[in-house]
Amino acid sequence: MDKMPNWADVVLVPLISLFLAFALSGLVILAIGENPLEALQMMVTGALGSTYGWGYTLYYATNFMFTGLAVAVAFHARLFNIGGEGQATLGGLGVALVCLSFEWPHWTLALIAAMAGGALFGAAWAAIPAWLQAKRGSHIVITTIMFNFIAAAVLNYMLVNVLRPDGAMDPATARFPEGTNLPTLHDMLAVFGIPFSKAAPVNISFLIALLACFLVWLLIWRTRLGYEIRAFGHSESAARYAGISGVRITMIAMLISGGLAGLMAINNVMGEAERLVLNSVEGAGFIGIAVALMGRSHPFGVALAAILFGFLYQGGAELALFTSIPRELIVVIQALVILFTGALDNMVRMPIERIFLALNRRKEG
Amino acid sequence: MDFLTLIQVLDSTVRLATPLLLACLAGLFSERAGIFDIGLEGKMLVAAMFSAAIAYTSGSVWLGLLAGIASSMLLSGLHGLASITFRGNQLISGVAINFLAAGMTVLVAQSWFGQGGRTPSLFGGARFEPITLPFADSIEPVPFIGPIYSELLSGHSILVYVALFCVPATWWILYRTRFGLRLRAVGENPAAVDTAGISVIGLRYAAVCICGVLCGIAGAYLSTALQAGFVKDMTAGRGFIALAALIFAKWRPWYALAACMLFGFLQALALRPDLIEGLIGIPVQVQLLDALPYVLTVVILAGFVGKAIPPRAGGEPYVKER
Repeated sequence: MDKMPNWADVVLVPLISLFLAFALSGLVILAIGENPLEALQMMVTGALGSTYGWGYTLYYATNFMFTGLAVAVAFHARLFNIGGEGQATLGGLGVALVCLSFEWPHWTLALIAAMAGGALFGAAWAAIPAWLQAKRGSHIVITTIMFNFIAAAVLNYMLVNVLRPDGAMDPATARFPEGTNLPTLHDMLAVFGIPFSKAAPVNISFLIALLACFLVWLLIWRTRLGYEIRAFGHSESAARYAGISGVRITMIAMLISGGLAGLMAINNVMGEAERLVLNSVEGAGFIGIAVALMGRSHPFGVALAAILFGFLYQGGAELALFTSIPRELIVVIQALVILFTGALDNMVRMPIERIFLALNRRKEG
Repeated sequence: MDFLTLIQVLDSTVRLATPLLLACLAGLFSERAGIFDIGLEGKMLVAAMFSAAIAYTSGSVWLGLLAGIASSMLLSGLHGLASITFRGNQLISGVAINFLAAGMTVLVAQSWFGQGGRTPSLFGGARFEPITLPFADSIEPVPFIGPIYSELLSGHSILVYVALFCVPATWWILYRTRFGLRLRAVGENPAAVDTAGISVIGLRYAAVCICGVLCGIAGAYLSTALQAGFVKDMTAGRGFIALAALIFAKWRPWYALAACMLFGFLQALALRPDLIEGLIGIPVQVQLLDALPYVLTVVILAGFVGKAIPPRAGGEPYVKER
């Protein structure tokens, strides 16, 4: 009955897709006159060879875990949320408003409030496209793309006209008060006497991202709501027949998705920059798409894929610093990963299915 | 706002609307055939890069245009391969194409010219020069009609006129030819087209090819006519505004012209905030003008102002056996 065993579907197909994406990336490096193996070696030393490198790798991975989970949750309800970028932008605004509102006595209180603020703003930004999809049938892909651009304009307006301190030239908020500064991994590991780079921006948000992965797993596979989301994603009509409201599931899935994307701001805005600047998301919302596709929308896969992309990001930055390979190489790798694990999935899957079918037939015959 | 200023603003409206119009018609062909294309942006970007690069190295803007079209069609072919042959998700393929273009253009430009991901500035024959329509100089002194003809209609590059010509051409192809009828049918009900013995796959590839050509011209226009050379991310969301215009126009060619002119006008106004302030008395935020095309599209999509219904088979790969 089954065309191929489960392990082939979950592990083999993504691995082959990934291999194709990286092989092509290697050819690209070769074509611009650099040695791909040396480049890979430099990326590994740059991203994983020191606690400083690890600090940046995990910092980026934290961003991608949040946005990857956001895309993954929406995927389970068969909704393609391209708006992670805009939702994370608005999440940044929410976090900044919380951090600046008040002289926070301790970072724990500030973090809880900032998480609420970021998630609320991100979810609110996802709510409008979700409502339009559920009630008016407007295609969620188009509306979330439009909302990315509108979010950029909103942030631009807020930073230039409202949040910019008097006399400051660049469009950014004031520095957040001392009480909102999150402990970095350096501070946390120092308690146990483990040395870790002081300069790296990875902070407590990394642990929160891991927790979020676990909670999303719990939600999707261990709760009634998660079951309803998956049922709706598999077949809208069957779900409706079973008494699951499509409007409700679309709204809830997108609110969770937007909230997760908005939560990213506790890492990049509150944890790293400690103020809100223009374009603080830096494309992490889009990388979430690649991460979710590669991780097969499973939180465990998302976490692994996020760390891989964190490695690519930090390694790519090192490459740009020491070779003639520009940072945009990571954008190309990201595109190839999306292409092979997402759009060209069948190209890899069909031959493998055929091989397994032939093997099964031989066994029976 | 006096008459001459109005003419100036309308003049830059035409300039800025041209790439939108070409990309919008490109999307129209693709989506009418049932292939959603959110990769318009990426295709314009590669075309902008390769047309500027080849125009610079060869000194001929026409060779540049051809290179732009070829590069754009290559990405179209990839989109076709993913979404027609391998029945992949068309939206994901579009996203991948946008990123591929954003990364590859900088990588190639940096590797060829070493100027931080841009091409050198283009001069002379490596650019599309404005062409003066016949009698523009002699009609100029005539009041009213003179400035309209010599300032607004004359003095654009050839690609602007090509884009304007594409509107009736698209209309004619879609509504007056057999190919157009089949193209529209394949976007609404591919099974019926298949039953009639016409290749769904062939038609869809043809549509995707036309889309690639038009996106190629749009990109070449950006880097060899509107500006003199390629810079990183120079499309700046134009592919998405074109997509917005396509929805705004409800997938119809003449309305696409109107929608692109409207969005071009908004872009032209955003360059002259002083004018709006003089006209309505209060300063309007530039950010509002930037966001307006997207907001308008969302309102249209929401169905509050007429309903935008996409081609019925759009986004779904065609499976013969079903």
